[in-house]
Amino acid sequence: MTALLEVEDVTMEFGGLRALSEVTFAIDKGEIFGLIGPNGAGKTTLFNSITGVYPPTRGRIVFAGRPITGLRPDRIVQLGICRTFQQIRLFPFMTALENVMVGVDARHRTSVPGALLHLPRFKREEAEGEARALELLHYVGIGRFANELAANLSYGDQRRLEIARALGTGPSLLLLDEPAAGMNPAEKNALRDLIRKIRDSGITVLLIEHDMRVVMGLSDRVAVLDHGVLIAEGRPESVQRDPKVIQAYLGTGAAGDGEAATGEAG
Amino acid sequence: MHCNAALIAPTFVTGLILGFIYALIALGYTMVYGVLKLINFAHDAVFATGGILVFYAFGQWFGIVQPLSGVSLVVLMAASLVIGALASAGSAFLLERVAYRPLRRRQGARLSYLITAIGASFFADYLYQQNFLLGPGKREFPNYFNVSKAFTVFGSVVQNVDVLIVVLAIACLIALDQFITRTRSGRAIRALSEDQVAAQLMGINNDRVITTTFVVGGLFAGIAGVLYAIKFGFVVWNMGFVPGIKAFTAAVLGGIGNIRGALLGGILLGLIENMSAVCVGAEWKDTVAFSVLVLVLILRPTGILGEGIKG
Repeated sequence: MTALLEVEDVTMEFGGLRALSEVTFAIDKGEIFGLIGPNGAGKTTLFNSITGVYPPTRGRIVFAGRPITGLRPDRIVQLGICRTFQQIRLFPFMTALENVMVGVDARHRTSVPGALLHLPRFKREEAEGEARALELLHYVGIGRFANELAANLSYGDQRRLEIARALGTGPSLLLLDEPAAGMNPAEKNALRDLIRKIRDSGITVLLIEHDMRVVMGLSDRVAVLDHGVLIAEGRPESVQRDPKVIQAYLGTGAAGDGEAATGEAG
Repeated sequence: MHCNAALIAPTFVTGLILGFIYALIALGYTMVYGVLKLINFAHDAVFATGGILVFYAFGQWFGIVQPLSGVSLVVLMAASLVIGALASAGSAFLLERVAYRPLRRRQGARLSYLITAIGASFFADYLYQQNFLLGPGKREFPNYFNVSKAFTVFGSVVQNVDVLIVVLAIACLIALDQFITRTRSGRAIRALSEDQVAAQLMGINNDRVITTTFVVGGLFAGIAGVLYAIKFGFVVWNMGFVPGIKAFTAAVLGGIGNIRGALLGGILLGLIENMSAVCVGAEWKDTVAFSVLVLVLILRPTGILGEGIKG
């Protein structure tokens, strides 16, 4: 297997605060890679530096052999990385179908003059884009809500819609930021199947998840962040037994994160 | 209130026509606001640029001094509208590049954008006022389009140019509606207006979409600028100021960021100000119009149709 994403010595500082400290790991093509850690450990910050929201203070990120550090977020999407958000960030007043079409549009070339003149490519891309978006809505299981406004979907369906929109951009690496948050047990099971299906279709998955049953059950490998430092990396069963990992979870207080180490009910 | 009955119908027609012009200009304010949450106060200069450039092209360089008819009129009208639209779109493009994009790069405060917008507006106006350009007075617009009576409704004269204004304005609004709802660029504009960060993380090039927004708003302003110059028969360095303020007001009245709101706001404002001129007195028309605006905003702070770019 070859590395699809290499994160090398990535450090992220906000003013005096060090959110990530020399984080290094690599994700292989075709695997599901879990990223866990207590709240505030720097997981979402790492997503933000991979996707170009904040370029890292120091360090290098290489995707498919090509350095992407400091590239604009939309360029990184064009290269094949797309993500979902911990706090859902759909386009609430666009329909589910339109949300996914925005993602699919990232693959299209039609310019404004082309659209105004109704050039053949414009018509073809619109038709193909709509068909592809609808297909993706069915793929994640919410095809029947295609013409609903995103804001009107249930929480779980909004999370699925975010996945469909990200898939629309045609990624080879999909970053999922707590996709199971707020889902009921049945939805979580369906989500697990969906993530496996996505991986089996050839897309590599980097998954942030607090629900240990979801993340440990799905991931081929898991990395643990604590206070911005990568403290463990390996197969799920060995990471779970790692004393440093147990210490990190128990040390931050049982109230917020205790469920992580023990596994959430359901 | 005692309205002069004989004047009601003609005033209604005048107000309606003016309302369509306001609506065309308002589209630019509303789209830029939707995407950047910025009131582009220099949009009045963008509007003026279309009329002024056509004045130069046909009045000065080609020296057309007599009314045309038939094919040559159609060709010249089409050329005027295209030249005016492109000139205004070009000025909007330039404005975005020179005035706003550098501020965005440096993450300027909201107030810096506002001051820049006002500065850009003054810059353009006083540039046009220079003697090597328009100079301080009104300049007669080339009269190739013979403005004359088309027909009468309820005792009110409707000019041929009025018909043109209404038809073109409606065509523009339909085109924009289609563009916003059914094209890749339109979806990108709406996505950006809802969530800039998410839009960029879904592969949208924010700069390109912002440029598109300015250019599209400029196209409509340019068409409005040419029609305005033809209807009133002149161009002048500050011709954008009053229609600009009115169009901005119309956008707010209808719901800023909202395209249908721009049409509704434009027509309402045109009607209110002209009807109040007849029923209350000409010196009161703007007082009444803006009182209505304040009243509407007290009752509905986001305007009649609400905010947000939608078709």
